[in-house]
Amino acid sequence: MDNRVRGEIIKVSGPLVVAHGMRDANMFDVVEVSEQKLIGEIIEMHGDDASIQVYEETAGLGPGETVVSRGLPLSVELGPGLIGGIYDGILRPLDVLVEQEGNRIKKGAFAPALNREKTWTFEARCKVGDRVFGGDILGLVQETESLAHRIMVPPHAAGEITSIESGDFTVTDTICRLKDDRGKTIELTMMQRWPVRIGRPYIEKIAPEEPLVTGQRSIDSFFPVAKGGTAAVPGPFGSGKTVIQHQLAKWAEADVVVYIGCGERGNEMTDVLMEFPQLEDPKTGYSLMKRTILIANTSDMPVAAREASIYTGITIAEYFRDMGYSVSVMADSTSRWAEALREMSGRLEEMPGEEGYPAYLGSRLAVFYERAGTVRCLGSDNRTGILTAIGAVSPPGGDLSDPVAQSTLRSVQVFWSLDSQLAYRRHFPAINWLTSYSLYSQKVDAWLDDNVAKDYSQLRKDAMRLLQEESALEEIVRLIGHDALSEEDRLKLEAARSLREDFLHQNSFDEIDTFTSLKKQYRMLSLLMSFYYEGRRFLGAKGSYDRLFKMPIRDDIARFKQVPEEKAEARYEELKARFQSDLAALHAEEK
Amino acid sequence: MAKEYRTIEDVAGPLMLVRNVKDVKYDELGEIELVNGDIRYCKVLEIDGEDALVQLFESSIGISVNTGKVRFLGRGLELAVAADMLGRVFSGMGQPKDGGPEIIPDKMMDVNGTPINPAARDYPNEFIETGVSAIDGLNTLVRGQKLPIFSASGLPHARLAAQIARQARVLDDSEKFAVVFAAMGITFEESDFFIRDFRRTGALDRAVMFINLADDPAIERIATPRMALTAAEYLAFDQDMHVLVLMTDITYYAEALREVSAARKEVPGRRGYPGYLYTDLASLYERAGRIKGKKGSITFVPILTMPDDDKTHPIPDLTGYITEGQVILSRELHRSGYAPPVDVLPSLSRLKDKGIGKGKTREDHANTMNQLFAAYSRGKDAKELSVILGEEALSEIDRLYAKFADAFEQEYVSQGFETSRSIEDTLDLGWDLLSMLPKNELKRIREDLIDKYYKGA
Repeated sequence: MDNRVRGEIIKVSGPLVVAHGMRDANMFDVVEVSEQKLIGEIIEMHGDDASIQVYEETAGLGPGETVVSRGLPLSVELGPGLIGGIYDGILRPLDVLVEQEGNRIKKGAFAPALNREKTWTFEARCKVGDRVFGGDILGLVQETESLAHRIMVPPHAAGEITSIESGDFTVTDTICRLKDDRGKTIELTMMQRWPVRIGRPYIEKIAPEEPLVTGQRSIDSFFPVAKGGTAAVPGPFGSGKTVIQHQLAKWAEADVVVYIGCGERGNEMTDVLMEFPQLEDPKTGYSLMKRTILIANTSDMPVAAREASIYTGITIAEYFRDMGYSVSVMADSTSRWAEALREMSGRLEEMPGEEGYPAYLGSRLAVFYERAGTVRCLGSDNRTGILTAIGAVSPPGGDLSDPVAQSTLRSVQVFWSLDSQLAYRRHFPAINWLTSYSLYSQKVDAWLDDNVAKDYSQLRKDAMRLLQEESALEEIVRLIGHDALSEEDRLKLEAARSLREDFLHQNSFDEIDTFTSLKKQYRMLSLLMSFYYEGRRFLGAKGSYDRLFKMPIRDDIARFKQVPEEKAEARYEELKARFQSDLAALHAEEK
Repeated sequence: MAKEYRTIEDVAGPLMLVRNVKDVKYDELGEIELVNGDIRYCKVLEIDGEDALVQLFESSIGISVNTGKVRFLGRGLELAVAADMLGRVFSGMGQPKDGGPEIIPDKMMDVNGTPINPAARDYPNEFIETGVSAIDGLNTLVRGQKLPIFSASGLPHARLAAQIARQARVLDDSEKFAVVFAAMGITFEESDFFIRDFRRTGALDRAVMFINLADDPAIERIATPRMALTAAEYLAFDQDMHVLVLMTDITYYAEALREVSAARKEVPGRRGYPGYLYTDLASLYERAGRIKGKKGSITFVPILTMPDDDKTHPIPDLTGYITEGQVILSRELHRSGYAPPVDVLPSLSRLKDKGIGKGKTREDHANTMNQLFAAYSRGKDAKELSVILGEEALSEIDRLYAKFADAFEQEYVSQGFETSRSIEDTLDLGWDLLSMLPKNELKRIREDLIDKYYKGA
């Protein structure tokens, strides 16, 4: 009666198990290994033998034990209940496992991703007789205060609604029945399943234009990422990759954030779990945890599940994107994912590419990043959904010639290059302004000028030029000393220094400084740059640079970042006016 | 009675192939009986049909293909643990080495441990005072953290580690404290230094030591750190103790791992180290931490020597990616006679922000820490410039910074290996130094704190 494919283990080597008698199984089918029902996935077939990567610790497995195929590819459950949860790489709820199994992750532990007992209040938005297609919204579930979970018709289903009702249901209760074209009845629940290695369908992709506001000054003003864009943060250890990822997860303007801790530290996940519920989403005012989903496959957890974790994460993100939300995915770190890939490849005895990484590393990475984008979602209401993907890369020794870093750079549009020298100086975020880039700058500039202030992009360009000139001037100073510089060059150095210290430097652990709105960023930049513009004029009129540099108001401008958002406008106007009048007074004295 | 196999086929380096086995499991422990009755341990690395590839934990000297007998024990490598372990010295394989009796086990624990569920972890946020200013003030250690010391040959990392073990205390000092020390491949002298220091300060009574010396089999080193961490887990989570694990030297451990990998003819990653070095190191480092609802904690200070002082070498590099910061020792400071020669700029404690501030150390801690870093860094830049161009080339303010950097190294960093400074002393000393600079240079400190603590004109 049970017609699932059954095989027998013939070889065990770390996370790789080879089973015999699997001829009828499909590639990428999920299998249950041994009596302990460890979850694995078929990654190679050789005649009767299947190579299986096992997502759990394989100690204790031996030849002769059974392997049973489930006949389905690795899939995840999607539906109400995901938000605020913490899951492992194959979407097992870790908080439930703690209650079930204790503090440590035991083999063969299982709990469904979505709670089967919990009821959700479903509010129907369609009625009997409506013809619906994949992606159409059947109704809403208010999953958290800040997020309405839109229950959609699964992508490939369509038909006429024969029954639908509002009320309290569990995720497995039928909420709606469809009659398809052939007269067959389809029962729909609030839960869908989707295979993680296949991207969820949409109607079309749209080129991104709007910036994703992150509240991080060097990102928003200098190296912006667009909504629906892709970005990478490579950097050596200690340069602040994880802090940047956390900052983005906290403050980026998104409806849903999926944070994938892939082969990283356990304590970092704990940090998120403990800190996020305390923080307030600047957009909705509710706790940040009400929009966050954590996938935690820490470095000591089984390596194969790490490989799956980024697919699990992005599939969830796509599901929320399909509802028409703006979703951000942070993957920290893709290098650990690549290492998992390398380990499996080594065990399969594949011919290695660079540094032992498999030859398909680049194409796998590209597939991951291509799942980001702004799309017109399935469904007849023409909604757009946004998926922004930001991946951390941990190149060995910070060396960007590393194959993972190089493959990533080919796939992403924004590159925030973290610099250990800046980090040693405690200049955070340690984004090097000379080597980073954003291919969205041009599009975003137009948006900033239209929506924030019309000279924003001009200010930014001038500031960028100043920073470039500073690095050239620094070279000269290093060779012949400060005295050799003209007064104008000294002004440039001084202005660039304050740009670095008072604008680019941002303290993530400071209550106020941790997030800066675009308006305030513009105001800071404008105050700092007016010192340069006006200073040039002042020096041109033979003013003394010493007195210019020592103007007391400069300290106040430097401390402008400490001014809370609600007081920023008044303070800005005051500082702007005072700077002009102080400068005029200085002019008069010089005369 | 376990089945006995006389089917050893190959013995090569640390690997052995046993044929025609039945019901042998992956990662199972085996024992090899030599013709003279000696017992050696090994574990299954790969099981392919009826062939088991095993890795020896001990030397292969004397193993005979003809007469060697192998028994598989149906379990992984285990350690007998009990509270009586405190004050004892064990070999790298967990056998008593101090002439004392065998441990009467409270229980047997698998040395590989099991990963802690991230949802069960408690965040480390309790400040540990080590009495070392460069650590307490700038790279603060907290309970449950893993903070390695990156050293190099010839540098006094052992003295710093011993100083930490001796001086470390939490501000609420009523709880039980233990030290687990693991030596892997170090010399007799270095290990003897630790034992003497522990004895001198009375720490030996609450220490458990696992010693694998340079002349012990390299392969044994793969088990040693796991033995130590298993003992630490028992003390921390079964006996409610706060455990400090000191481990030296991770570099030799990684070399042992490379030896096994090379023998298996695996595709190597960087510099011949196996591609799974990161995962393997993580399986050690991640065993540190705190668990919700448990009183004890494991704080982990591994020591590694960077080959050729190179921080980008795979061992320090991968370690830095897993651990929560690093304390780096500088040869330059050591040469100048500063002790401990902690190079504060590239050193880092990632968890410091959660362990400091009002109610933990002092309200001004975070601000002064950032300011000290920034000022010292600028001072070092100024000093570098003055080497090339002469001091005259520096601006007035840069000259002040250069002076600050010198004073910082001499007074703040160089406190000697015997001095223990309270956190208040460390913070006050920081203000003494910062007061060398004019007020308006202290941009990273809140104004009200400057008003309260600044001592300059």
